[in-house]
Amino acid sequence: MSTVVPAAIVPTPVVPTLEFDNLQVAYTVRGVDRPVLREVSFAVAPGEAYGLVGESGCGKSTAAYAAMRYLPRNGKITGGHIRFEGADVVDMSQEQVRDLRSGAISMVYQSPIAALNPSLRVGAQVAEVFTIAGYSKADGIARAEQALGAVQIADVGKVMRRYPHELSGGMAQRVVIAMALATDPRLLILDEPTTGLDATVEAEVLDLVRMLRITTNTSVLFISHNLGVIRSMCDRVGVLYAGQLVEEGGTAQLLADPRHPYTVGLLRCIPRAGLRKDHDRLDTIPGTLPSLGTVMPGCVYVDRCPIATDQCRTEKPPVVELTNGHSTRCFYPDLAPDLPRAAEVALVPVDPPAPAAHTADGLLLHMDQVCKTFGKDDNSVRVLRNIALSLAPGETLGLVGESGSGKTTLAKVLLGLTPPDGGSIIELDGRQLGATLGDRSATDVGAVQIVFQNPDSALNRRHTVRRIVGRAVTKLAGTSREQSASRAEDLLSEMRVDARLHAAKPAMLSGGLKQRVAIARAFAGNPRLVVCDEPTSALDVSVQAAILNLLVDLQRTENVSYLFISHDLGVVRYLSDRIAVLYLGRVMELGPAATVFSGPHHPYTEALVSSLPSVDGEATNRVRLDGEVPSVANPPSGCVLHTRCPRREGSGVEHLCNTVEPELVEVEPGHLMRCHLSLEQLRRMQVATDDSVPISV
Amino acid sequence: MSVTIDPAPVVVADSLRKRAAAEIKAQRRERLAVLRHKPAFLVGLFVTMFWLLCALFGTSIAPQNPDSLDIGHKLQGPTAAHWFGLDQLGRDVFSRVIVGTRVILFIALGATILGSVLGTIVGLVAGYFKGMVDDVLMRIADVFMAMPVIVFSLLVIAITQSRSLLVVMFIIGIVYTPIIARTVRATVLGESELDYVAAARLRTEKTPHILFVEILPNILPPLLVEFTVRLGYAIFAVATLSFLGAGVAIDSPDWGSQVAAHYKYLSGLNWSATVFPAAAIATLAIGVNLMVDGLVEVFER
Repeated sequence: MSTVVPAAIVPTPVVPTLEFDNLQVAYTVRGVDRPVLREVSFAVAPGEAYGLVGESGCGKSTAAYAAMRYLPRNGKITGGHIRFEGADVVDMSQEQVRDLRSGAISMVYQSPIAALNPSLRVGAQVAEVFTIAGYSKADGIARAEQALGAVQIADVGKVMRRYPHELSGGMAQRVVIAMALATDPRLLILDEPTTGLDATVEAEVLDLVRMLRITTNTSVLFISHNLGVIRSMCDRVGVLYAGQLVEEGGTAQLLADPRHPYTVGLLRCIPRAGLRKDHDRLDTIPGTLPSLGTVMPGCVYVDRCPIATDQCRTEKPPVVELTNGHSTRCFYPDLAPDLPRAAEVALVPVDPPAPAAHTADGLLLHMDQVCKTFGKDDNSVRVLRNIALSLAPGETLGLVGESGSGKTTLAKVLLGLTPPDGGSIIELDGRQLGATLGDRSATDVGAVQIVFQNPDSALNRRHTVRRIVGRAVTKLAGTSREQSASRAEDLLSEMRVDARLHAAKPAMLSGGLKQRVAIARAFAGNPRLVVCDEPTSALDVSVQAAILNLLVDLQRTENVSYLFISHDLGVVRYLSDRIAVLYLGRVMELGPAATVFSGPHHPYTEALVSSLPSVDGEATNRVRLDGEVPSVANPPSGCVLHTRCPRREGSGVEHLCNTVEPELVEVEPGHLMRCHLSLEQLRRMQVATDDSVPISV
Repeated sequence: MSVTIDPAPVVVADSLRKRAAAEIKAQRRERLAVLRHKPAFLVGLFVTMFWLLCALFGTSIAPQNPDSLDIGHKLQGPTAAHWFGLDQLGRDVFSRVIVGTRVILFIALGATILGSVLGTIVGLVAGYFKGMVDDVLMRIADVFMAMPVIVFSLLVIAITQSRSLLVVMFIIGIVYTPIIARTVRATVLGESELDYVAAARLRTEKTPHILFVEILPNILPPLLVEFTVRLGYAIFAVATLSFLGAGVAIDSPDWGSQVAAHYKYLSGLNWSATVFPAAAIATLAIGVNLMVDGLVEVFER
């Protein structure tokens, strides 16, 4: 199932379900019309899944809302047409638009929890859709049950009685999808439906949408910033940049042979399988998106395009038809594939491989028996259970696992923000670190630092950049004010934050620049170990690449170790020397990155790895985790994974899995696993299903 | 374009900064524009400013000496010479209303400032430490809030036998402390979960620094709104207490005692000596509250 449904790729004379014809949308900001969609034309054929991809601010969501004529109050359609099954949506009366929204088009939003009414039980909300459509109350409830069953919710009765906040993100998104499909819409718009969900849950939701497409033959407009997700879901894809469709074509073809410099750049930014921090630098796209409503006489991408000419600056490039409905808006479609790289490849000297010597005295960090229990006595919840991890100087340990696995708690314990349970061993350079920050010396505090996930939350919005970094230097390095100020300047320029921005407050910086400031702060006290807690998940791909490059550079020059937490396995694979897989507060697998990714892996890791949507196509046989993550407060007996394990069935040791918790044992040198199945058994099972190209490292 | 490792921030920093600075200015301008286009806010601002000027320069603005007596014309209605008429001792009501502004406005302001300062400290501590500290402080706050302001004030004044306005100011300030503390605490609860607070702890900052340098600047907008709301109530409280004769000097020209001294003449003899000071209390309170509505809309959307 590599390319999903083999739907019509060649446009046929059939009336498209949705057609954008030279659509222009503008937002009125402070009395001026600022264009956000510029002459966007595309069509979604009946039964087709069309993907719109682009970075934040490119107009994806505006396009989605425009399709339902549901623009914000200051938004308006300034030109062109939107046709739904041939009827012009732009000219419709309010009545007609309402009918369209209530019956023919449905939308699924990014945040499922926010899309549900928190004060109504799930059953009542879903039934409401049917009663509005004219069913009686009893029929509505019966239909709601069916609808929830259709989105593969196992215990429908129980879910219907719950309130939205009692649902997990994945479950809530299923409910929203069930509601969206309740009226048998002809077009389903999905706006980043899996952003914010765990990889395993994302994979399940995507599976569901794929299955529903086959059974209902609904057309789909799928909006995402994630090319991997688009690749796995869509027949055709359009790439949006600054409100303009710069390239369009069959998904597989476009991703394999991109012909617009932006698409090429975007694809190069992704840390794909096979790339490693040791020898491959990620490419970046220089510059930033033109600000909202900038008037562009030429090509919208000209400021960031490495092959731009004078013609590009003054003339709008035409839409160049290539083959098979593949088209690009560029003067030089033939030059795009050989685009010069922004990040010079020559700057990548291959360093000697990272120190693999894991001898006890060469270690920077040694954690053993680390436990963390919240609450007391009967209400206690053990979120970390006997964690044993170590890090060598200059090494990166990737920490992966679904939400609720204890990743963030482990980071907080390590940093001293939350004290661990008594008896936990956390040693830095062989010395036990204090349990709380108060117990640690300034040097120790400076030695273990963090780069937070969300720079908006991590930087005090009332303080200037200079002050944020300078204060950290003063406190951690213990220098005088003047020395700190000059050190802060140096640090910031090292992070490539321009001197002119040092007096700015965080709100004036872009996301990427904010994260650079946060990194500068983390490096203020000459850290030995920096915890990176999803440092790029709030950023666009091109910005992510630049931040990852920066982290790699800093590791080389400062010989700092990273504990890199991320749900993005692609990023972890690119950056990590070793990887620890966490589930319900336990280390399930620990080993060199290559080994953990190539297998044989722990069944849990296997499921995580196979749920990773890739721009290079997917493995044919996905391994799935059934059901939801059990509560940490009440973990399953035996092996904690046994309720969801994809390899337990038919392993011959089911009774063991159900009753006895396996130990974390070294199955091969440097590779530890917590599983009753032997490495050989796992290898046989995994080779048997994994007949496609394995995801290599 | 010159090739650097990652030219992004360097090349665009300047335009970016200009753009961002412009956006921040624009936001400020937008807030002002919203306020400028709210007639209620403008009226409130105008009225409050008028009274503030009276409070600051009352003695120079007042056309007559507020204490000079004209017993022969006592309780006279409004005339060209005495716009608001004369009171029971023949003093110019207009001048007394203007001069009386200072008492009520400054006592109310002082009380509100005192309550805000104390309330902010209590709220910051409760919201930041949570747990036991929070529980204890908030239960004490509950006790204070359960007592009616006026009864509590009268009680304290009766016990202290005080005739000083400072006592009134102090009492109202104390009474408002738990109310402001609650607002501050609620904001701090959310704010202290943000990572910049953890980041401050991770550079060995002391708790007072975290509370007052890191968190406090970020909770100023809701605090400003709460401050103005309290000011409105404080004006009423001061007026009520001085009407009841609590805590004010005999013959002080404040509005509450003016009303108290003359409302008995309302049935026939004289209306102006009661109505004008009462109207002054009403306009000041309404003016402040109209301002609050505008501020809430701008800062707490």
